[in-house]
Amino acid sequence: MAEGDQELQDLYREVLLDYFRSGSHKGTLEAPDFRAHGINPVCGDEIELTMRKGEGGKISEVRFSGHGCVISQASSAMMAEALEGRSVSKARELVASFKDMMLSKSPLESLPDELEALKSLEGVRKFPMRVKCATLAWNTLSQGLSAGEGKKSEFQEAE
Amino acid sequence: MDIKKIREDFPILNRKIRGKTLVYLDNAATTQKPRQVIEALVDFYQNHNANIHRGVHTLSDEATSMVEESRIKTAAFINAPKPETVIFTRNATEAINLVAHSWARKFLKAGDEIVLTEMEHHSNLVPWQMLAAEKQVVLRHIPMTPEGTLDLEAGRKLITAKTKLVSFTAASNALGTLIPVEKIISLAKVAGAKTLVDASQWAPHRALDVVKWDCDFLAFSAHKMLGPTGVGVLYGKEALLEDMDPFLGGGDMISRVQLDRFTPNVLPFKFEAGTPNIADEAAFGQALDYLSAIGLDAIAAHEAALTKKAIETLSALPGVTIYGPKDISQRGGVVSFNVDGLHPHDVGTALDLEGVAVRAGHHCCQPLMNKLKTPGTARASFYIYNTFEEVEALGKALDKAIAFFMKKPAAVR
Ligand SMILES: Cc1ncc(COP(=O)(O)O)c(C=O)c1O
Repeated sequence: MAEGDQELQDLYREVLLDYFRSGSHKGTLEAPDFRAHGINPVCGDEIELTMRKGEGGKISEVRFSGHGCVISQASSAMMAEALEGRSVSKARELVASFKDMMLSKSPLESLPDELEALKSLEGVRKFPMRVKCATLAWNTLSQGLSAGEGKKSEFQEAE
Repeated sequence: MDIKKIREDFPILNRKIRGKTLVYLDNAATTQKPRQVIEALVDFYQNHNANIHRGVHTLSDEATSMVEESRIKTAAFINAPKPETVIFTRNATEAINLVAHSWARKFLKAGDEIVLTEMEHHSNLVPWQMLAAEKQVVLRHIPMTPEGTLDLEAGRKLITAKTKLVSFTAASNALGTLIPVEKIISLAKVAGAKTLVDASQWAPHRALDVVKWDCDFLAFSAHKMLGPTGVGVLYGKEALLEDMDPFLGGGDMISRVQLDRFTPNVLPFKFEAGTPNIADEAAFGQALDYLSAIGLDAIAAHEAALTKKAIETLSALPGVTIYGPKDISQRGGVVSFNVDGLHPHDVGTALDLEGVAVRAGHHCCQPLMNKLKTPGTARASFYIYNTFEEVEALGKALDKAIAFFMKKPAAVR
């Protein structure tokens, strides 16, 4: 196999492509408890996150909409999947662990089990220009959680 | 045009990107530099470095002459009647902002109109939005047709007695469309409006004559035409430049200063406050010499041939959409495209892994992208050193990327 192919597969793991193609968790929830909007000015990508809470204040449903590349769409879908059923404080912890891993502040192994699928984004760390594609949804979420329930929040990645 | 020989002048073309030979197709963003320009920079710092216009010593004299030599060459390159009508700025963006600040802010009033087009780079849009907010000036935009050309009929109606300025790009950086510059200038003149031509994507690629165009202002960047970064050019008609207010205040732009007032310097120094980008301005002269030696007509013809081949190659691939005019005579060396179901960033990264450098994104033209109903495109743009083999390499790399991303989905988890 040529070197380029290997690198392409290393960056775009099969798991990522599966999430991207599956369209899982895409959409917008009616009457959400949280709504957060994020934009990456470098590429113009946008994301709209909606969340609903259920029993015991746990996050019950997460949906995302907007356009983006394989990396941002797959990362959003995996995030949505990982957060459903978690408490808000757990969600915050997961956001922090994920961002530390993507920014290479902590090793891949430090990712908690809840974020197992996210390990497929490992290859992105070698492409600094693309790291923001992976973190956009997470930063948007984190902003939404800080803004609080019923508020609309805006997040913008720094260039 | 001996491409092989030209390529030998560009050291960076030997670079390997992830083990592959670099195929540099992002020339609309910035071009590579020939060793003549690189050596001129080194020569300046090693042998002539001094501040200009402020010393009687030999080095200062030499440095001053080198910058003024570049100004003379720039004037000749665009056929400006006098070197003093050529002002050096940091880039095209600053040149446009200079006109907004020093001319428009002084002479335009509430209700006056500025006509732009839907194809403008953000740098010929945002300065006018800022001015419009400050002065209650109204902005109008000549629409783009679905094919990516300007709708001149609509333009004719938009340019009226209220129009004080028509500011437009001569060639679209996002789509490659060549704009009928002289037609627009004549519409503006009939209405009594001034004109600013953003020649950022024209000056590097085809012959330009400000007298023939009879534009009032013209702006471009040296870095898109083999020159160093940090040098832009503003040409203006002498009488207009004379009437304008200074831009930035400071040293060099004054002829006399007292504690409570100053008298501005003569052209072009009135607009060049502070120590300029001396080394880069000096080296820019080498870039102009290099381009003139090849000849702008030969450059345009070479790029047209590459563009034709690129359009043929890319449109033969599955799911590829190419934007911009179908008629090759209406476009410069830019091919903007998308692949169905793929984001331009993923295309850009996949091509990079094959050593092929293209731009992916909105190309600083978000309104145009909105009109095309796409968040962005991938864009290949050509210059004097690009070869047909490189166009083939682009085709092969894109084919591979499509095959990789479009293979049958595995069972959804
Ligand atoms: C049409 C056009 N105008 C203006 C600019 C701005 O040039 P600079 O960033 O050098 O000021 C560019 C460069 O991207 C351009 O393509």
